[in-house]
Amino acid sequence: MYLVQFLLLSSILFCIGVYGVLARRNAVLVLMSIELILNAVNINLIAFGAFNGAQIPAEVFALFIIAVAAAEVGVGLALVLTIYRNSKSIDLHQVDLLKG
Amino acid sequence: MNTTYLAAESGGLAVEASGFFLENVWIIPAIMAVSFAIILGFGKRMPRGGSEVGIAAVGVCFILALLTAGQWIGQVNEAANCTPKTCDYIEYSIDGVDHKGEAGYIPLDYEAYASDQAHAADDTHADDGESHDTDAEAHGDEDGDHSDDEAHAEDDDHSDEGAYPIDTNAGSPDGESASALTAFTEAEAGSTAAAAVAVVSERTWWSNGGINFTIGTMVDGLTVTLLVVVTLVSMLVHIYSTDYVAGDRRFTHYFGFLSLFTAAMLFFVTSANVLQMIVGWELVGVCSFALIGHWWEEQPNSDAALKAFLTNRVGDMGLLIGMIILFFASNEKWSIIDINAAAILGEGKGGTSHTMLLIASLCLLAAVMSKSGQFFLHTWLPDAMAGPTPVSALIHAATMVVAGVYLIARLYGVFFNGLSIGGSSINALAVIGAVTTLVGASLAFVQDDIKKVLAYSTISQLGYMTLALGVGAWTAAVFHLTTHALFKACLFLGAGSVSHAVHSFDMKKDMGGMRKFMPTTYKTFLIGSIALAGLPPLAGFWSKDEILAGTGGWGFFEGESHANGAYTIMLVMGMITAAMTAAYMTRVMYLTFFGEFRGGHHDDDHGHAAAGAHDDHAHHGDPHESGPRILWPLRILAGLAVVAGLMNLPKNFLGLPSGITLRFEHFVEPLAATGYFPKISHADPSWSLAIFSTLVVAGAVGVAYWYYFVKVNAQSPSATEMINGPTERSKLLKAGHTMLKNRYYLDHIYDSGAAVGAAGATAMGSIFGAAAGLTLGFSLDNGLDQALWSSLIWGMVLGLTVFTIVYLALRTGTGIASFTKRPLAYAANWVHENVIDAAVDEVGKNSVKTADALYKYIDQGVIDGSVNAAGRGSQGAGGELRRWSTGQVQQYATVMFAGATLLAGLLIIVL
Repeated sequence: MYLVQFLLLSSILFCIGVYGVLARRNAVLVLMSIELILNAVNINLIAFGAFNGAQIPAEVFALFIIAVAAAEVGVGLALVLTIYRNSKSIDLHQVDLLKG
Repeated sequence: MNTTYLAAESGGLAVEASGFFLENVWIIPAIMAVSFAIILGFGKRMPRGGSEVGIAAVGVCFILALLTAGQWIGQVNEAANCTPKTCDYIEYSIDGVDHKGEAGYIPLDYEAYASDQAHAADDTHADDGESHDTDAEAHGDEDGDHSDDEAHAEDDDHSDEGAYPIDTNAGSPDGESASALTAFTEAEAGSTAAAAVAVVSERTWWSNGGINFTIGTMVDGLTVTLLVVVTLVSMLVHIYSTDYVAGDRRFTHYFGFLSLFTAAMLFFVTSANVLQMIVGWELVGVCSFALIGHWWEEQPNSDAALKAFLTNRVGDMGLLIGMIILFFASNEKWSIIDINAAAILGEGKGGTSHTMLLIASLCLLAAVMSKSGQFFLHTWLPDAMAGPTPVSALIHAATMVVAGVYLIARLYGVFFNGLSIGGSSINALAVIGAVTTLVGASLAFVQDDIKKVLAYSTISQLGYMTLALGVGAWTAAVFHLTTHALFKACLFLGAGSVSHAVHSFDMKKDMGGMRKFMPTTYKTFLIGSIALAGLPPLAGFWSKDEILAGTGGWGFFEGESHANGAYTIMLVMGMITAAMTAAYMTRVMYLTFFGEFRGGHHDDDHGHAAAGAHDDHAHHGDPHESGPRILWPLRILAGLAVVAGLMNLPKNFLGLPSGITLRFEHFVEPLAATGYFPKISHADPSWSLAIFSTLVVAGAVGVAYWYYFVKVNAQSPSATEMINGPTERSKLLKAGHTMLKNRYYLDHIYDSGAAVGAAGATAMGSIFGAAAGLTLGFSLDNGLDQALWSSLIWGMVLGLTVFTIVYLALRTGTGIASFTKRPLAYAANWVHENVIDAAVDEVGKNSVKTADALYKYIDQGVIDGSVNAAGRGSQGAGGELRRWSTGQVQQYATVMFAGATLLAGLLIIVL
């Protein structure tokens, strides 16, 4: 087992996540993509923790991130729901009220 | 130059006086200044228009002045009862520097005195040492007769000190002025009398080039006298005015200026240096101007105010120049004490040179002539009667006009030595005073306006004071100042009370028989008149008699009088004036209070001009007595006019003890031992002189009584002059009468403009030339003598030049008047049109052009351009940037990720 394998996995996940955030029109899918990015970071953290023998268990940070991510999803979904109620759609391309 | 001097050099010991009120006398003028500010700010909204503030303030000031005077009396007594154990004798009081260890220093510690003087004698001050030796002799010899000892010590002192120009009584006993010397004769008895030195409290205001400009107060007997007189008369005038100017349209303004005047006068008399004196001097002048012109709606009143102000400017020129000369001549000192001390010290001992003193005192004399109404600058004072009567009483009789007399008294060292008053029989000061007193008295005869009679009488009495100072009778002058303030204020307020009733000041047209209508006014006016005429035992008698005795002229008949000189002419002129004063006051009494009432016929307009304040009181029928606020000040002043003379009973009067006689002199006159007052002699009182002068006065009253009360009254009770009287029958008398009626033609000369132009131009040329020469001399650092010469030459050159021009113009036949009025006026007009106006026009045109160019290029081009450019730039940038703001969250995220990637890439490359 090498560290690079985990890092590769996390980069792939990160890239998929980024792609999802930037390219998908569906707001729920964007939220899910953000989850992917966060998980890629979690994998990174745990991998580094396991291979480099950090003094504080790296899982602590991962657990924090999972907790924060859960809250974030809660808020995010609430926003999506509000958007849907207002415009009967969750297509992000139609949410451009800040257009200059 | 070393202005340090020892008190002992002046022949006695001195102690410092102290006390809360003496040190903090600034409070008194400050209260009046605050009162002025309050009246100015809030007076109109107050129930009594601000008068209550003024009265309260001046009342408090009067009490403070009395306390100050009491403290001063205490200090003088303490000094007089000094013993070496109880008092700290001071070495000197000049510059406050410790001169211990310097060459010439003589410690005045009493015990160490005798032993130390030997060293001093061996040192630099050989002749001083001698004089101290003499003192010590007198000190040791206590068996002999007292007065002999004193005189002996003083005379020896005199002969030692060549610096004193007076040495008239060498070899004659003179117990009085040697009272300081009792220091040495009474020492064994335990008491070592000393002179109380003026209390000076000063703060440095600013300093420049090593010269300290201080501001502070100086209190001695003279100051407290003036403090009490000014606050007393001012207080009574305040009370009187609440009735007299009631309902006036500028009631508040009037009381404001009364407060300001009182503040300025008190500031003037408490000044510690001559700069402050100048400030006070000018301030009282401004107040006088404002109050003479109180009813300025009428042209004569505003003219009179201007005349007073401008005439005073002439003298102020002299004041300024005199003070500047004194400053330079007395080693760059502003302080009154320093200037006096340097003047007394004399040239030989490093003091002021006699020539500089002479010039300075003549310059100051010009100031005195204008402010104190001395001949020939007195013409403003009768015109100043255009002001409200209480103002005439306060400012133009009792206080402001004595500022000039006060100036001489304050700087007496300068005048005494500058004009060589001692041991002489004539000097400028005495001559001016004597001429003024005669001129004033003669003009008072022909006035129909009761206030003008009193105004000329004031001029005459001011002349008396100047005369007294001119002959060295310092105390007599200050004493006369005090008594005159009381009885003349009483007379003026009485005249105001009469005019309040008849709405006029014209004795011949509107008065007569007022005795029946106004009994209280009549009684007080009578007392004031007797006091002014100088009949015993009222106040005027004592002060007048002291002046006459002080001239020393009576010694011609009676032997040695111990006066400062033998001013026989001044005695004669003073005696004539006394007779004339008595006669014209009898005339006033008859015309105003006796005979038949001639008023009541006038319409309201008539009274308006003279007593403008009262046109709201509709007046019908017979005149009636004034109210209590007018009568009580009259009663108080009349009462004081009766008793004030007792303040300074002559020496040995009716065998009274010395604790009762000469109290005024004892407390007011500084002793020579203070170092800032010259050593003056005191004339012996003379019974024969007093009796003679009383007979003269009584005779004059008798003649005037016979003329008016008998002859004129017999003609008709309402007559004012005799038909076919002496002035009708005798051509000479008629000519004299016409000349008096025309006031010696002085006003004609001044009004013709040309003569004033010529004389004024000559005088101004000389004064400016002298000033320029003085400045030049000093700036070249050539010392006093050089400066003096160059000032003389410059003054003569400029004066002669101007005189020549004027003279030539006269010779070419244009005449003085047409010269100044025609060609000079045309020339002035041409210059005005073609030079001044043209220049102003040109400046105006160019200004417009410049402004146009400025608008077009700078304002529109640069400033507006840059503002517009900034606006346009923002607009363009906004237009570009708004395209980036699409509202698409994902686009923003893309940019963000791109940026993050970029930064991450940079991080990798750099690391």
